[in-house]
Parts: sequence; C-alpha cells; structure tokens
Amino acid sequence: MTASPAPAAPAAPEDYVRVENLRRLFDVSRPWLNRVIERQPRQILRAVDGVSFTVAKGETFAVVGESGSGKSTVARMVVGLLPPSGGEVAIAGVSMTDPRQEAARRALRRRIQMIFQDPYASMNPRWRVDRIIAEPIRAFGLIEGERAIRARVGELLTLVGLHPDDGAKYPHAFSGGQRQRLAIARALASEAEFLVADEPTSALDVSVQAQILNLMRDLQDRLGLTYLFISHNLAVVRHMASRIGVMYLGRLVEIGGGRELFSAPKHPYTRMLLDAVPDIGRSGRQRMPVQGEIPNPISPPSGCTFHPRCPFANARCRAEVPPLADGVACHAVHEGRLAPGLAAAG
Amino acid sequence: MAIPAPALRAETAHRPSAFARFLDSDLFASFRRSKLAMAAFAATLLLFAVAVLAPWISAQNPYDPAQLDLINANLPPIWEAEGQAPFWLGTDDQGRDVLSAVFYGMRLSLVVGVLGVLVSSSIGITLGLIAGYAGGMVDTAIMRIADVQLTFPAILIALIVDGVAKAALGGHLDTDATLALIVVAIGLSFWVQYARTVRGSVMVEKNKDYVQAGRLIGLSAPVILVRHILPNVTGPVFVIATINLALAIITEATLSFLGTGLPETMPSLGTLIRTGNRFLFSGEWWIVAFPGLALAGLVLAINLLGDWLRDALNPKLQ
Amino acid sequence: MTDPVLSVRDLRVEFVTRRGVLTAIDGVSFDIARGEVLGVVGESGAGKSVTGAAVIGLIDPPGRIAGGEIRLGGERIDALPPERMRRVRGKRIGMIFQDPLTSLNPLYRVGRQIEETIRTHTDLSARAARQRAIDLLAEVGIPAPERRIDGFPHEFSGGMRQRVVIALALAAEPELIIADEPTTALDVSVQAQIIALLKRLGRDHGTAVMLITHDMGVIAEAADRVAVMYAGRIAEIGPVRAVVGEPLHPYAQGLMGAIPTLAHDADRLAQIPGAMPRLSAIPPGCAFNPRCPKVFARCRVDRPEPLAVGSHRVACHLYDASGKAAA
Repeated sequence: MTASPAPAAPAAPEDYVRVENLRRLFDVSRPWLNRVIERQPRQILRAVDGVSFTVAKGETFAVVGESGSGKSTVARMVVGLLPPSGGEVAIAGVSMTDPRQEAARRALRRRIQMIFQDPYASMNPRWRVDRIIAEPIRAFGLIEGERAIRARVGELLTLVGLHPDDGAKYPHAFSGGQRQRLAIARALASEAEFLVADEPTSALDVSVQAQILNLMRDLQDRLGLTYLFISHNLAVVRHMASRIGVMYLGRLVEIGGGRELFSAPKHPYTRMLLDAVPDIGRSGRQRMPVQGEIPNPISPPSGCTFHPRCPFANARCRAEVPPLADGVACHAVHEGRLAPGLAAAG
Repeated sequence: MAIPAPALRAETAHRPSAFARFLDSDLFASFRRSKLAMAAFAATLLLFAVAVLAPWISAQNPYDPAQLDLINANLPPIWEAEGQAPFWLGTDDQGRDVLSAVFYGMRLSLVVGVLGVLVSSSIGITLGLIAGYAGGMVDTAIMRIADVQLTFPAILIALIVDGVAKAALGGHLDTDATLALIVVAIGLSFWVQYARTVRGSVMVEKNKDYVQAGRLIGLSAPVILVRHILPNVTGPVFVIATINLALAIITEATLSFLGTGLPETMPSLGTLIRTGNRFLFSGEWWIVAFPGLALAGLVLAINLLGDWLRDALNPKLQ
Repeated sequence: MTDPVLSVRDLRVEFVTRRGVLTAIDGVSFDIARGEVLGVVGESGAGKSVTGAAVIGLIDPPGRIAGGEIRLGGERIDALPPERMRRVRGKRIGMIFQDPLTSLNPLYRVGRQIEETIRTHTDLSARAARQRAIDLLAEVGIPAPERRIDGFPHEFSGGMRQRVVIALALAAEPELIIADEPTTALDVSVQAQIIALLKRLGRDHGTAVMLITHDMGVIAEAADRVAVMYAGRIAEIGPVRAVVGEPLHPYAQGLMGAIPTLAHDADRLAQIPGAMPRLSAIPPGCAFNPRCPKVFARCRVDRPEPLAVGSHRVACHLYDASGKAAA
C-alpha cells in the first residue's frame, strides 16, 4: 500500500505557515431599515483581532480557546474559506491574499485541506463514499481512468483503517468515528500536506476520539503532514500539539511549547483554564474558584479583555492592550509582577 | 500500522436495489400505515390512468365534430328514463358524450397542471438556489420581487400574463399556443413558493461542511449548487409540487371557466363547467355536474396525497 | 446503612419499532443515598439518558418500562398513573438538563417560575415564597438576587441560566435531582463552577444527585460513586476514586486509557477498536465481547452478572473465580 507523500511544494521555507496580524470583523448589525428606525448604531464583532503565529513543516500547532475566542474563524481564514479583513496568511511561501500570486495559490490549493467538526454534516448524504472520496481526485485531475481512481480510493480507505468495500456505502451507514476517518481520507485524496482540523473529535465519544487522535498522529508520522489543530479541549491539545496558542476574545494571549505552557503557564487566563478543566488525572485536588464568564464579544472590555476576570489587573490593564511579547500578552508578566507557574493564581 | 482494519468495518456490505431500499424506507412504512394516503394514491393513479387512456376508453372523440350527432343532444345519464348507451353520463346540446368529454378534459387538465408545475418549479428552484447561495443584493432583489408578487392572488397574475400575452400576440391563437400560454401563465404565478422554500433550504445547506469541503477543492458555485446542494433540498420541493399540481389544475379550470383558457372546441374540465353552467337552469344538470365532480375528485385526491407527503417528510410532526 | 433515596432494580426499557423490539436498558440496578452524587457515565448509545428518563417517568411511547422496579424513598414510582407521577416529578425529583433554556419559560421572569414551583409544592405565602426564591438564587451564586429575580431568562448568561435552573430544581426541596449533561453546553471555565455548586448543594441539602454525563472528567470531579454503562447495562459501579484509578472491567480500563489527561504525557492513547453496538445488534453474552482484548469463550455465550470485587461491582467473567477456572 503506498500513499506517498506528495512531492513538496516549491522551496518550503522553515515556517511552512506564517500568519501575521490576522483580523476578521463581522458586521452583526440589524438590517439597515431596523437600525434607522430604532436608532441603533452599527455593531461590529471583532472575531479575530491581530493574531500572528507560525507553523513549521511537519509539526502540530494547536489553537485552544473557549467559545467566542475566534479560534474557528482563524482556521477558516487560514484554509481560505473566509477572507480576512486584514493581515496576511502565507503558506509554503505563497501569500493567500496577494492577487498577484493567484496562479501559485491555485497550485497550492490541493495541498491544504480541512477536517471539520461535525462528521454528520461534512459529507453529502446523497453520495456514495467512493464518489465522495474520489471527488477531489477528479476535481484536480490527479489520476486518469476510472479503474485507477477506484484503486486509489481503496488505498485511501485502507490508509484510514477502513475497508475498500466500504466505498460502496452511503455515509449514514457509518458511525461518527468512521465518518471522521472518511473525512480524513477525503482530505488526503488531493495529496494534502497541511491539514486544518477544526475540533475534529469534539463530536465523538472518548474511546472513538482516541482512535482518531492516534490515527492523525500515525498519518503525520508516515506522510509528514503539518497540522493546525483547533480545539477547546486542553487535554486533547496537550496530547496532539508541539506548540500551542491560547486565544481569548479574538486575541492570542499566550503562545508556547506544549510542555512549558502546561507546566509553567504565564497568562492568568491560561492558568485559570488549566485550573478549571475537569480532568480524570487530577480529581480531588484543591482548585481555585474561577471567576466570571466570557464577556459579550461585541462589546469586549477595554485594554486587556481579560481584566474583569483577572486577579492581577491594575489601571494599566484596563486601559492598554498588552502586546504579545516573550510568548505572552500580559502586563503583569511583562512588568515582573507575576512569575510563570501553575498555582500562582490567587 | 497499528490500526486493526477488520474490526472497524461498517455494517455488513450488502447492497439492496433502489426499489428494495424504497420498500424498506420510513416513507413507505408511513404510507402503509395511512389508509387515507393509500386511497388517495389509488384514486390519483386511477384518474391519471383514465387521462392517459382517454382515446381508447371513450365512446367518442369529443374534439372531433364529425363524431358528434345532434340527434343525441341533451340525453340524460343512463339511469334516467331517456338515457341511452353508450352515453353513460348523458350528452350535451351538441350531442357530445359527457363521460368522454370528462376523460379528455381530465387529460387536458393534467397536462396543463403537470407542465405548469414543471415550469413554475424550474423558475422557482433556479431563483431560490441563486438567491440562497449568492445572498446579499441578489437575494434581496429576487425575494422582494417574490414578496410583491405574493400580494396578488395567483389567479390575477395568471389573468394578467394571459391578457398581456394575448394582446401582444394579436388575439387569435391556435389551441397549442393557447395551451402553452396557459402553462406559462400558471408557471409565472406559482414560482414564489418554490423559490422561498428552496432559498431557505439552501441557506441551511450552504453552511454545512460538505459544501465547504467542495469549496476547498475549488468547485465553482454552479457546480456546488447543482451537484451538492440541489439533491439535498428536493424533499420539500416535492411536497410543494404535489400540492401545486392541484392548484395548477384549479387555476387552469378557473381561467377556462372565465373564458380566457382553453376554447370550447378543445374543452378542459374548466371549459366544460363553464359551458355546462348555461344548462343548469334548463334541467340538464349532468352537463356541469360530472365535470365538476371529476375536477373535485382529482384535486381532492392530489391534495390528500400532498398532505400526507408533507407530514411524512417532516419529522417534527411525527 | 440507611435506606437509599433512589433504588433501581433490574430495570429494563424497551422501544417498540417496526423492525422489532429494541432493548435500550437491560437489567440495570443501582442505589443513591442521601447527599450522595452518583455519576452515570457512558458513551452515546450506552443508555445513560434513557435510565434518567425512566426514573423521571418520561419514557414516552414507543418506549416502555418492560421490567424491574424503581423506588423513591421506598415507594415504587415506575408504574404510577401519569397524573401522580407528574406530582412526584415536581415535588420529589428535580431536573436539570443540558440546555437551560428548555427548563425556563422565556416569557416569565425567573422569579415567578421559582415562586410558582415553591407555592405549588409548599404552603408558603406569596411573600415568603418570594423571599425563599431570593434565598435560593443567592445560594446558587447569582449576584444581587433581589434585583435579578425580576429578570427574564434571556437576560442571563449561559452559566447564570444553568444556576437559575438549579435553583428551580431545588425549589420544591426534592429528595432526588437528576442532572443530564448539566455542563456540556457550558464553557470550560464555567463548567467547574457548576460542578462545584451541584456537589455542594447535594451535600448541604441531603439531596441524592444522579449526574448523567459523557465527560469522565466531570464525574471524577463531582461524583462520589460512578456507574459505567455500556450498551444498556452497567459494566462497573463503585467509588469514583477506585473506578477511575483502578478500573476492573476491560471496557472501563479502555475508557480511562483513552481519555487524554493534563496530568501526564502519553505517546499513544489506549484505544478500544470498533464502536458501541447499535441497539438492534447487541451481541450475545457480554455486550462488550467483540471489542474486548481479554475475551474468552464464555464471554460470547454467557452474560456476566455484576460481582462484588473489593469496593466495585463488575459485570465481567474475568472476576468470576468459578468461571475463570472453567475457562
């Protein structure tokens, strides 16, 4: 069985994915007529507000955050499903926004694929599985001849742990975990080398989640894949990622290597999250009570958006947005008021 | 690789035929449970069969003046004293067999109804797909036109289209052109419901991940619409089409009754009711009663079928 | 040992479909004592929510309770007429669901809903009921309850809404609270608050809590004992520390190994091959046998009964001394 990694795109630089100052605004105002009549101002949601990170070839970079953090919006912009309002995404040295690089972008298109959260919505329910998996092959004209395409589909199904005969069935005949395998097979059908996985296991049961996470790691080892992994689950992220970015209300508040981020978190939000997560490995420990909830992203707090929930906030935090420096966006850490560590909060 | 393949296979691979799968489907099970649906289906099937077979089962061809004989004019149905075979349901003032006229009229009504549904659904589905997928200004434009049209009764739209076209084409049209005109008039009066429904479904479907996956492999909007979205929005369209078939038949009958539809030389059920109406007070009730009953039966059967289909396809009502 | 608040014996729930009778719950037995939190955990299709629905008496046709008995405070409640069961549900069993909006009427102020429940089930005056409602809101951690009591559900955030639902569930001072995935719709940082609240209230009020969830982490934090369900049966039940720390049933072992944890690095997660069987295809013998790494001949024919092993009860032939010897 060969599923050879595709010949790499021209001159892959050190940073395979470079995201710089990425922004996305959504206009969530009422319709124009209602606004005029009810005298309401326009409402702009800053879903993503100046996010920068890089992903090296072959590594897994994870973006973790709670609802409203903008992590899924980042994923959709990186993969090209959503145009950014500002900033820049470059993959394998090709800008995803520069109109002059349209040709290079088209050639790169098939190298970038996505694995979606809901395995029940990510496949056309009226198509047979072999047709679903063959669609990218046909769309990009990768293989000529029905017989060869069929063989390749069988190979992909085997690669993700299914049987070539399964191609004759419709998606509804498969369980959630099996569908997620099919989604991975489809993503690999176009010889993708960079997969953006948006909460790929959050709809699955834990024993099935383990199968999918293991499969993703196996495939990464075999095919040299690069992952951008989006999740709200810190334990899953810790298991999968070599580097992690923590998002809160549209901004990256901390970024760092997995091990150090979990053993010595810097940002108060990261500490709070780590302390709050119900986790089987740490039951019965004393936890500090978590305060408050995520504010409405349409009218976020001034300055550092975490300040209303932060025990270390002072006047500067309320006024000034902290820049991301040394892997953390926090005035208290920058000023030396707060040293990295788990139990420091409180 | 550490993945045990055999244990992960989906359920046993057997592929029943499409028909076998239909017989096993929830839709068919619901059909089997509903006596009313089965009766309505049987009646609809029978009326369609009559319409298709009209030339072979009628005593005469009511459109052929050579076959009409004034000696047989105004005969009552067979069970009355003056009734005569083969005119089971009597004859009209031209000596035309009422039963044959009903058979042929039903044929015409169904042709107009089915073609009308095809035209209106094609227009509605296309506009609905475009409005739902494109969104923004395109969507607003299409849906505002639909809203404006909805403020007029469908029959009025059909009358306007019919009147304008006749005026533009010079008044004298042959029967085929009249037929085509009525089909277009009906098509233009009923597209809104399809467009609204399809637009709603498209707006749901287009955000589903399978559509996003299609975009990721660079499929164009028309390809995504036709290949991926359209097959997933056909359920509600089918329900509307069934109910609209009855509406289209009634609209045609109304147009013909008002005299702007099919001519007396080629009478549909509506035309028969209009001409028969004149004899109601002179005692020849059968000339209007049987076409009326046929129309009512046809529309009722199709409507019942449509109602059942709507309930069966809507899981929320179960 | 005092009598349990809830006692379920050999519960069997069936669903009649046109393809035959499906058994969703098969021979489930457990007790919950006063002030105890029993976690019921399982993957989708394990039957944990159906078990909860059976206790509340909310199994609607085509489902039916086909066997066993459910006792609340010693009284059988599985065969009560609907009208009496409704009273039991309002007065003696409180309910908390995943989506707080399903429990709250969006058109009524939250105070009115709580007061109504209080006045239906106690003989407090209107004024006393209002004061009690304010106390309850304060107890579940709603800031400024005298003011928030007149708010509408949509004016509360997700976490605050779930607190209101908990206050509502407590309003009639029930003996038992059934919480079905109470934290699943909430953000991680809010989950912890709600779990802590549930645990504290159960203890303070002496209420028995049945906490149904798919999240082993939530169970580990909140429950005193845990029942691990698989394919409509209880695979293992015991004190939470023991079951999470040293699971005995091969399914429970696989499940614990499959959960990634923050506590340590694992290069590979343990994985259980395959998936939970559908109700229409539950294998004979032990329902877990096709996926079990330790399966032997007897597992394929003989259904294991729950056996006491230490503080656990495990339905597995591995722990049946006579069976193992025979194999």
